[in-house]
Amino acid sequence: MIDSATETLSVVVERDMPHPPEKLWRALTQPHLIEEWLMKNDFKAVVGHHFNLRGEWGGVLDCEVLAIEPNRTLSYTWNFAHEDPAYNMQSVVTFTLTPTRTGTHLRMEQRGFRPDQKQAYGGAKAGWQQFFTKLEQVVGRTG
Amino acid sequence: MPKNQDVLFKTLADPTRRAIFERLCREGEQTVGALTARAGVSQPAVSKHLGVLKHARLVRDRHEGRETHYSAQVGALAPLIEWTSRMAGFWEDRFDKLEDLLKRMDQ
Repeated sequence: MIDSATETLSVVVERDMPHPPEKLWRALTQPHLIEEWLMKNDFKAVVGHHFNLRGEWGGVLDCEVLAIEPNRTLSYTWNFAHEDPAYNMQSVVTFTLTPTRTGTHLRMEQRGFRPDQKQAYGGAKAGWQQFFTKLEQVVGRTG
Repeated sequence: MPKNQDVLFKTLADPTRRAIFERLCREGEQTVGALTARAGVSQPAVSKHLGVLKHARLVRDRHEGRETHYSAQVGALAPLIEWTSRMAGFWEDRFDKLEDLLKRMDQ
């Protein structure tokens, strides 16, 4: 998906988990648990904390905690610096936890930026997403 | 992100241009005149937008007599769809691992 004013792409992945939000929160915020499902890290649940995520492929992501609301919201930058601008990535990952009758609805949104658009962290929601959804339907029909 | 994605971003960032492209996707092939009638900008402006869209291979033109007909090339959007589906695939995979972890964890 794409965003209008900021020329960003965003990816949303959602899943219902049969576990309480408090338990998911631990998996999202405790370094040894984060490592088990995501990557090696030196995460701390402190706004402004800089940390790295280290992928099995050798890549290192530069991250900064942007927002924390225990058991509800976690947001951090997800930046990948590469000498080739084509591989540079600046993005923000936001996890949102919503309690449900059977556990927790987990929503992850990753919003990506073009290399020359560092200011874009806010980002309006309008236009592009709908536009792109419609286009995907068109592509789906014609493809 | 690769360069062709950059071009697509830049091309589709303009709301007027995006609206023109969207109309071509929705309504099929049209002339510059027909597009101008509903674009809210002048014919030269529409022609310029179509030129940019053509450069990004988002539209194709076809000459018939004095008229030029434009049609959308939705296949050009593939790089954008590819990026989002690749990232979505990454997170789906991580969520699988997260679910496995949650099963192993104590309440």
